[in-house]
Amino acid sequence: MDWQAFWLTIQLATVVTGILVVIGFPLAYWLAFSTWRWRFLVEAVVALPIVLPPTVLGFYLLVALGQRSPVGRWWQGLTGHPLAFTFEGLVIGSVLYSLPFAVQPLASSLSSIDRRLLDASAVLGLSKLRTFFRVLVPLSLSGLITGVSLTFAHTMGEFGVVLMVGGNIPGITRTLSIDIYDQVQDLNYSAANTTALVLVAIAFVLLSVVYSLNRRFWSLWPRT
Amino acid sequence: MTLLNNTSTTEPAAQTPSPPPGLRVSVRKVLSTGFELSVDFALSSGINILFGPSGAGKTTLLDCIAGLSTPDSGHVSVHGQVLFDSARRIGVPVTRRNIGYVFQDLALFPHLSVESNVAYGLSALSVSERNARVDRLLEAMGIAMLRRRRPAELSGGERQRVALARALVIEPSMLLLDEPLAGLDLPVRMKIADDLRSWIQNAPIPVLYVTHSRDEVFMLGNNLLVLELGRLIVQGTPHAVLSAPRSETVAQLAGFENIFDAIVTSIHEERGTMTCRVRGWPGEKIYPDAGWRGIDLETPLIRAVQGDKLRIGISAGDILLSTAAPVGLSARNVLAGRLVSLSQRDTTIVAVVDCGVEVRAHLTLSARDSLVLSPGSAVWVIVKTHSCHLFQPGKEAK
Repeated sequence: MDWQAFWLTIQLATVVTGILVVIGFPLAYWLAFSTWRWRFLVEAVVALPIVLPPTVLGFYLLVALGQRSPVGRWWQGLTGHPLAFTFEGLVIGSVLYSLPFAVQPLASSLSSIDRRLLDASAVLGLSKLRTFFRVLVPLSLSGLITGVSLTFAHTMGEFGVVLMVGGNIPGITRTLSIDIYDQVQDLNYSAANTTALVLVAIAFVLLSVVYSLNRRFWSLWPRT
Repeated sequence: MTLLNNTSTTEPAAQTPSPPPGLRVSVRKVLSTGFELSVDFALSSGINILFGPSGAGKTTLLDCIAGLSTPDSGHVSVHGQVLFDSARRIGVPVTRRNIGYVFQDLALFPHLSVESNVAYGLSALSVSERNARVDRLLEAMGIAMLRRRRPAELSGGERQRVALARALVIEPSMLLLDEPLAGLDLPVRMKIADDLRSWIQNAPIPVLYVTHSRDEVFMLGNNLLVLELGRLIVQGTPHAVLSAPRSETVAQLAGFENIFDAIVTSIHEERGTMTCRVRGWPGEKIYPDAGWRGIDLETPLIRAVQGDKLRIGISAGDILLSTAAPVGLSARNVLAGRLVSLSQRDTTIVAVVDCGVEVRAHLTLSARDSLVLSPGSAVWVIVKTHSCHLFQPGKEAK
C-alpha cells in the first residue's frame, strides 16, 4: 500500500469536494429556478462528463492548461511553473470531471422545494440570501450530503483524467488508481489487490450513505 | 385608472370623508396565458370577502398586492402608503411591504417547529421582544401547547392556526388570506374564524379573505367582492350583492341560478302550497311589456299573507325542459316559452328560456343531443313545487 498515494488521493478528493460545494450550490440553484428557455443547454453541458470518455476531457484540459494556451501561460507567469502535471491541474480536471455528481443531486433537491416557501419567506421580510440559508440549505441537506459523498467517491476513483492531466508523479499526481495501474504493470498483483480493496471499501461506505439518505439518486435531473 | 391622478379630486363626495381607506388597489396584469386581471377597488379595515370561481384571478390579485407579482400598471396603497405605482415608478419590494399573507397551501416551513415558524419573520427584533410576541400569538391562536412540534405532526386545523399566527405576529399593515380554512370541518372553521375576528377587532387592519364557502361569506363578511374572469363584478354587503345575482358567479354563491321577484297571490293552506306571481328578475323593471301579467308559480307554503313580496330561487339543475306540451305530470308548474340560447360549460349545457321571464336550466350533453334543441324552438319549462325556494328579501324564509 502506497500511503503517499493514499493521502494524496484523500487530499485531492477533499479539495475537489470543497470547491464543488461552493460552485455547485449556486449552479444548482440556477438550474433549479431559472426559467431561461435555453437552460437545457447548460444542463447538457454540466452532464457531459458523465458520458464523455475521461481521455476526451483530459485531452482538452491538457491543451487548455498547456503552455500554448492563454490560461496556461497566465498561470506560469503567476506561479513560475506550468499547470499541467501538477496537483493544481489535477484539481481543475477533477472539479470538471465530478461537476455533475455534485450539481445533479443538489439541483434535484432544490427543485423539489415548494416555491411558496420562498414566497412565504419573502413576505415575512427575509432577503433572498437569508432565505437561501434558512430555507433552501436546510431543505436540500439530503441532496448536499448525496452530492458530497458522490463527488468524494468519484474523485477518489478517477483514472483517465488524472493520467492525462497529471501523469504519474509520486507525491504530486500519483493517486491510488494510478498506483494500481502501476502495480499491475509491474505484475505486482498482491499490492494492487490491497489498494483496490481499499478503494472498494471506501466507495461502498460512501454509496451506502447516499442510498440510506435517498433511494432514487439516479433519477436526479429536476423536472424530468 | 383615475386613481393615478390626484385621488382627492377624483374621489366621489358621497364616500366616507377623511381617513384614507385601508387598502386601495387599481391594477392591471396580463399573464402569459393571455388571462387579464383588471380591478379597481378600495377596502376599509375589517374582514372583506373575495369570492370567485377558480381561475377568476384571486391568487394573482393577492400576489400583486403582496408584491410577489408585479402588475403591468396601476396603483396599490395601504393606509395611504404607496406600495406600488407604475406612473410614479414606485415598487416597494415584497420583503418591505409588511403584509401578512396566508397561502392556500399555508407554506409552513417543514423543517422548523411551530415556534420557529411563528418567529420566522421577527429576526430583526431582540430575543425577549420576539419571544413575547410569539407567546402572545401562540396563546391567541390556541396553539401554545404545540410549540415544539413540526408542521407534519399537526392536524389541518392546527396548521391553519400556525399559518395565521405567523402572518399576524409581524403586526402587518394588512392581511391576505387565500382560502385559509378550506378543507376543515365547519365547527373547526367557525372556531378559527372567531379567533381571527376577535384578533382583527383589537388590531383593526384591512383583511382580504378569499373563500369558496358560502358559510364563511355569511360568517365573516361585512363586505363582499365578487371576482369573475379577472374583473370585479360587484362589491357590497353580502345581502346587497346576493339580492341582485344576475351573474353566474353570484348565483353560484347564492346557490340558485334563477332568482325572481314575486308577489303572493293566493294561499292554499289545505294543500300546503301557495301561488306566487313572478314579476321578473330583481332590479329589472317590473312588467317588461305593457300587456305582460307575469307568470304564476306554485310554491311551498310559508308564513306569508296575500300581497307579500317574496323572492323565489330555483336551481338550474332542478328544472326540466320538454319539447312538447307535457301531460300527466306530477309537477305543478309548466311554463311555455322559447329557447333563447344554449351554451356549454364543461359537461353542462346551460339553456336560457324566455317564458316571460328568463329561466336558466342545466342539461346534460346527452339530453341536449336527444332533444334536438335550437334557439327559437318552443319548449316547456317544468318546475316542481318543492324546487321553488322562497326568500323574504334580506333573509331566507324557509
